[in-house]
Amino acid sequence: MNLRRLWAIMIKELRQLRRDRITLAMIMGMPVLQLVLFGYAINLNLRHLPAAVVDQAQTAGSRAAVQDLLASGVIELRATAQSPQQLIDLLREGRVSVAIAVPPDFERRKLDGREAIQVMVDGSDNVVQAAAAQLAQYPLNQPDDFHAMTEKPISVVSFYNPERRSPVNIVPGLVGVILTMTMVLFTAVAIVRETERGNMELLITTPVSRTELMIGKVLPYAAIGLVQTSMVLLLGVWLFDVPIRGSLWDVYMASSLLILANLSLGLLISTRAKSQFQAMQMTFFVFLPSILLSGFMFPYDGMPRPAQWIAELLPLTHFMRLIRGIMLRGADLGDLWQDSVALAAFIAIMLTLAIRLFHKRLD
Amino acid sequence: MSESAIHAQDLTKRFGALVAVNAVNLEVPRACVYGFLGPNGSGKSTTIRMLCGLLTPSEGDIEVLGLRIPEQAEQLKQHIGYMTQKFSLFDDLSVRQNLEFLATVQGLSRREEKTRVDDLLKRYRLDDREEQLAGTLSGGQKQRLALAGAIVHRPELLFLDEPTSAVDPESRRDFWEKLFELADEGTTILVSTHYMDEAERCHRLAILDTGNLVADGTPAELTAKLEGRTFLVRSGTPRKAKEALDDRPDVLSVAQIGNELRVLMREGDASIDSLRHHLEQAGAQAEVESVPPNLEDVFVVATRRHAAHQEQPA
Ligand SMILES: Nc1ncnc2c1ncn2[C@@H]1O[C@H](COP(=O)(O)OP(=O)(O)O)[C@@H](O)[C@H]1O
Ligand SMILES: [Mg+2]
Repeated sequence: MNLRRLWAIMIKELRQLRRDRITLAMIMGMPVLQLVLFGYAINLNLRHLPAAVVDQAQTAGSRAAVQDLLASGVIELRATAQSPQQLIDLLREGRVSVAIAVPPDFERRKLDGREAIQVMVDGSDNVVQAAAAQLAQYPLNQPDDFHAMTEKPISVVSFYNPERRSPVNIVPGLVGVILTMTMVLFTAVAIVRETERGNMELLITTPVSRTELMIGKVLPYAAIGLVQTSMVLLLGVWLFDVPIRGSLWDVYMASSLLILANLSLGLLISTRAKSQFQAMQMTFFVFLPSILLSGFMFPYDGMPRPAQWIAELLPLTHFMRLIRGIMLRGADLGDLWQDSVALAAFIAIMLTLAIRLFHKRLD
Repeated sequence: MSESAIHAQDLTKRFGALVAVNAVNLEVPRACVYGFLGPNGSGKSTTIRMLCGLLTPSEGDIEVLGLRIPEQAEQLKQHIGYMTQKFSLFDDLSVRQNLEFLATVQGLSRREEKTRVDDLLKRYRLDDREEQLAGTLSGGQKQRLALAGAIVHRPELLFLDEPTSAVDPESRRDFWEKLFELADEGTTILVSTHYMDEAERCHRLAILDTGNLVADGTPAELTAKLEGRTFLVRSGTPRKAKEALDDRPDVLSVAQIGNELRVLMREGDASIDSLRHHLEQAGAQAEVESVPPNLEDVFVVATRRHAAHQEQPA
């Protein structure tokens, strides 16, 4: 590998990128847009969510407590149920998104200072979940000594989202989602575009080597990936107070691993795709399972076995574990060595395949 | 090292059922401007790509500058320049950036690079546009830039694929001057074209038709073979004269140029007198004179002969 040649290819790529306004806007705009969308969508304070109630206690106190919750305006009564099972059915059928159950021993629980009312929510909807959390904060205006007896009068059970996502949980994952979306696509398209425009026929008639060409093309995008990472982190900390409990160095190391994994995958796609459109389709073929199976949307542990096996093959899955571990739990890369090694192996395999499959020929 | 710059035997390329290049034999001497003449789709680009090592031949052997292709294609790449049919420099880089990039990739040292690029910019009259984006250049300027890019490393052998198809006649003349300058410096040039006037300027040429090499030699050799078979007919009723001539079995082709007819005869001993007589009998008064054959005639003869040959049962 000739460093001067490698450098020339990188500079060329950066110069072209600088003139490509649309790609630049996407690189910079996408992190901001996604962060704001995901972050604030979760924070939305909705009102008038359809609700159902079952009051098995039927005491004056229980009826007053339910009235108070309804009066908060967050929920609106749509159905009364006879049993908790009916509530769950209503919830599952999607006819209500909040269900309130008052157990028969409501008065006893209140006295014991245990949770006295259960609010069940459709946790698959982040918005609803946020609203339910808000509901749980609502003070039950009950006999004067009520507050003294219980700190947490209502328990919230999230049915379909037991991890209880919040911006704090979403932002670290979002770094990975954005990197997956942009990095794979940009490299795949960057190479296929040269083929489409005819530049590749010129390039492969020069003494430039396959490795120089491939590495020189992806390194500029690696730098861009780190810029994107920084943007999401900065905005996350600034707008949503997302903590970075582990070391910043580890955060960037984990991000670099994901960036390189995605770039190698992009290269591999570029060796197979015949047009920019095909490259895009192939990118989404990888992107969709990444979003769904990596643990970003749904918890890994709740997925069926085959889905978990597929998830293990996706770089985003490993990154999710790394970044959540580092940022939220204060772990370091050493603690999470299995996922770091998995990413490194992915990079090595993809890059080797890509360089092998790329020929300095037209057929 | 072999005598010729390019030597190819039985070169064949198939794309599925389509035979794009069919058993072509080629011998290109060094320091020669060698033309590939043929209409669109005749296999010129495919042949050039195989010679550069960009396409793998379906059959046949290639030796370029003493290297076996495609096996030694990587070694060959430092010694050849290739100007693609479609403009393949970077539209979104400036003229200078394009040349500097190619110079580095071709392995010029930093110091060489600067002087070489300055030199090329001046030589190809691009020095007043060095900051302009390549994509915004005119056809003629793009073509000069592409040529400069192809020779930045002073290749021994230069492949040019229809370099003048997108430029005006003035630029074409100018471009050919540049080619002969390079040839004088010792560069072997293989250039494809579908213009007869350009083919005529080549030292040697090969005529391709639907993937077959149907004739090759110097333009003079090729035309000499048709001596005595070409006539010019001037008539007041050219359409009538053309009909009469088309009826004669020994007439290969009749082309109308203004009010004149250019007649190409089959092999044999046709004379001015017999033609004039034939036209008179058909009621078309005409003057007939003998004219020297040109490459267009060579092309017609070569492609017709090939077609006739193919129709015969094997
Ligand atoms: N990559 C390819 N795949 C299939 N057919 C091709 C390919 N490249 C060229 N051809 C076909 O081969 C024939 C010769 O093409 P080409 O060499 O480009 O001709 P020319 O350069 O003389 O115009 C054409 O019929 C063309 O359609
Ligand atoms: Mg062509």
